[in-house]
Amino acid sequence: MSPLSQLVLSRIREFLREPAAIFWVYGFPLVLAFILGTAFRNRPVESIKIDVVVTDETRAEGEKLVARWKEKDPRLKVELNSEADALDRLRTAKTSLVVTPDPAASARYRTVADDNQPGSVLAKAAADVLILREANPDAKVPEATQAVDQSGGRYIDFLVPGLIGTNLMGGGLFGVGFLIVDMRVRKLLKRYLATPMRKSDFMLSIALSRLLFTLIEIALLLGVAHLPAPVGFGLTVHGNWLVLGLLVLLGGGCFAGVGLLIASRVRTLETASGFMNAFMLPQWLVSGVFFSSDTFPAWLQPLIQLLPLTALNNGLRAVVNDGAGFEALLLAPGGHWTGVFFSPLVVLGAWGGVGFFGAIKLFKWR
Amino acid sequence: MSLAIRVAGLTKTYPANPPVEAVRGVDLEVKTGECFGLLGPNGAGKTTTLEILEGLLEPTGGEVEVLGGRWDKNERDLRERIGISLQETRLSDKLNVGETVALFRSFYKKGIPAEEAIARVSLQEKVRAFVDKLSGGQKQRLAIACALVGDPDLLFLDEPTTGLDPQSRRQLWDVIREFKARGRTVLLTTHYMDEAEKLCDRVAIIDHGKVIALGTPNELILQLGGEHVIDFTLDGSAAHVTPEVLQSVKSVRSARPTPDGGFTLTVSDPPAALPALLELLRTQGAKLAGLTTRHATLEDVFVNLTGRQLRDAD
Repeated sequence: MSPLSQLVLSRIREFLREPAAIFWVYGFPLVLAFILGTAFRNRPVESIKIDVVVTDETRAEGEKLVARWKEKDPRLKVELNSEADALDRLRTAKTSLVVTPDPAASARYRTVADDNQPGSVLAKAAADVLILREANPDAKVPEATQAVDQSGGRYIDFLVPGLIGTNLMGGGLFGVGFLIVDMRVRKLLKRYLATPMRKSDFMLSIALSRLLFTLIEIALLLGVAHLPAPVGFGLTVHGNWLVLGLLVLLGGGCFAGVGLLIASRVRTLETASGFMNAFMLPQWLVSGVFFSSDTFPAWLQPLIQLLPLTALNNGLRAVVNDGAGFEALLLAPGGHWTGVFFSPLVVLGAWGGVGFFGAIKLFKWR
Repeated sequence: MSLAIRVAGLTKTYPANPPVEAVRGVDLEVKTGECFGLLGPNGAGKTTTLEILEGLLEPTGGEVEVLGGRWDKNERDLRERIGISLQETRLSDKLNVGETVALFRSFYKKGIPAEEAIARVSLQEKVRAFVDKLSGGQKQRLAIACALVGDPDLLFLDEPTTGLDPQSRRQLWDVIREFKARGRTVLLTTHYMDEAEKLCDRVAIIDHGKVIALGTPNELILQLGGEHVIDFTLDGSAAHVTPEVLQSVKSVRSARPTPDGGFTLTVSDPPAALPALLELLRTQGAKLAGLTTRHATLEDVFVNLTGRQLRDAD
């Protein structure tokens, strides 16, 4: 067998014989997707909690009011309480709004809301509509149709491309950088150097085995997410598969280059871990893996958009969720950091290029 | 006889402040078919010299010729023709013995089948065992199988038996002897003098980056002026028993005190020296606590040359 195939075969064997590695590479992203996807599964608002203030004399009238309102808005959960009790329940978030019938008030009702409670805003809006409709029985409210809960717009649709990007980053750094530093620490690199083995065969074997592991990883993640609920999430790739593949190659190659650069001189696993964490940790946070990077302040955006994981995640999301084709490679994020310089092709190409060329200059086999 | 290795004026200086002169002018010639040993304490420059010969380190100065070629011109050809076992290589734990040797076999254009390399180091029964399940001696034998699988003309072994138990060491010696019996050349480093005596045709003793003695083990021992050694210790002190006085005893070639308060004498004729020594001690009123006689070893050669014991020489 040729040295290249023997080297690739050895990498595959080593990987398959390390059950922990298999879990962290293949199992963990699936578990993460499942847990987060389920936890943040979009649900329609089930109930709107409102307390109506009544006294013993007005209780009967209050009950009629509740019956009328519930007919118009079935999401309502109304309780009748004394004013003191109702306000206390609002303070402890047991209810979202306190409504007091008051014929003297201009709208014939007074409401107390708690602006710190997201549900309170919703309840106020719902109560306002009901009160207005009572005052003007002919008033019409526009019908709402469900739009968000379609494939492409849910949290899981946001999450899966982010997880693919994160996996490519971890795979490139650990699967290339850590692997090589480990071999250097074990003097295995030096031992290989003492044979007629071609250095290009060695490097190529790492690239090929990485490619294989990555493709399995992504197929698994996309495949499971594609399955219908409750196992998967019915996720579909709306855009061009070829572009998705190109983005995966570009991202994987970029992070492999960075991994190689980190590995070119480092002589201990601790130093390698330090470099890799310094590179990965900020990107896990700001590059839009779990939540959109738009949440960070505007002045930070140019920096964030120049990070490889941000560019990769943007591109992946454009293809998976927005149905993008080849334009995803040159996609420029909006705002004041527009321009092709921030596109996946340029950002990933630049990081990867710096990584590989730096590694060629700096790499030491000993 | 043709030369497998020729080294002239070899130096290696590591940049530091002050610069570390690991090798300070080494000249060596290793003949084809011999087993040559580089001996010396830790830090003497053995491994640095060896790695320059293996083409893994650039020399600072001097000439190196290996199998008639030079590392800067014939690297690919030389790599095909030499086998190497480094001081400590941790091969992949999750590959088994057979897979590991097959991987190394694939690097060489020609060589022996992996099974044969494994058989030569007697690891047939462990072909399917993962590397992390092997004992220290088995791992070392596997390392040598990886060095043998390219069917090299020249084998470099850096401290092949350090840290191994006596039985594993003997097994490795057999592997090396068998390789040499095929007319191939071996260059090894060791800090075990007994290993060099039993295995090597010629040895070079290296200390502080220089060759301080060169020859067959026997020649070096004969250079002591006597191939027998008398070690003795005294009961209580005897101020008048000094190396100078002892050197005057019949057939004693050299005398030196040992750290435990005794003395070591090299003698050419023990039957003549012993009665004279006992007579001297009696007249000086010294009481013997213990006395042994033995053949001189390379250890004695090293101590004689450097005034230091080999094991605590670093």
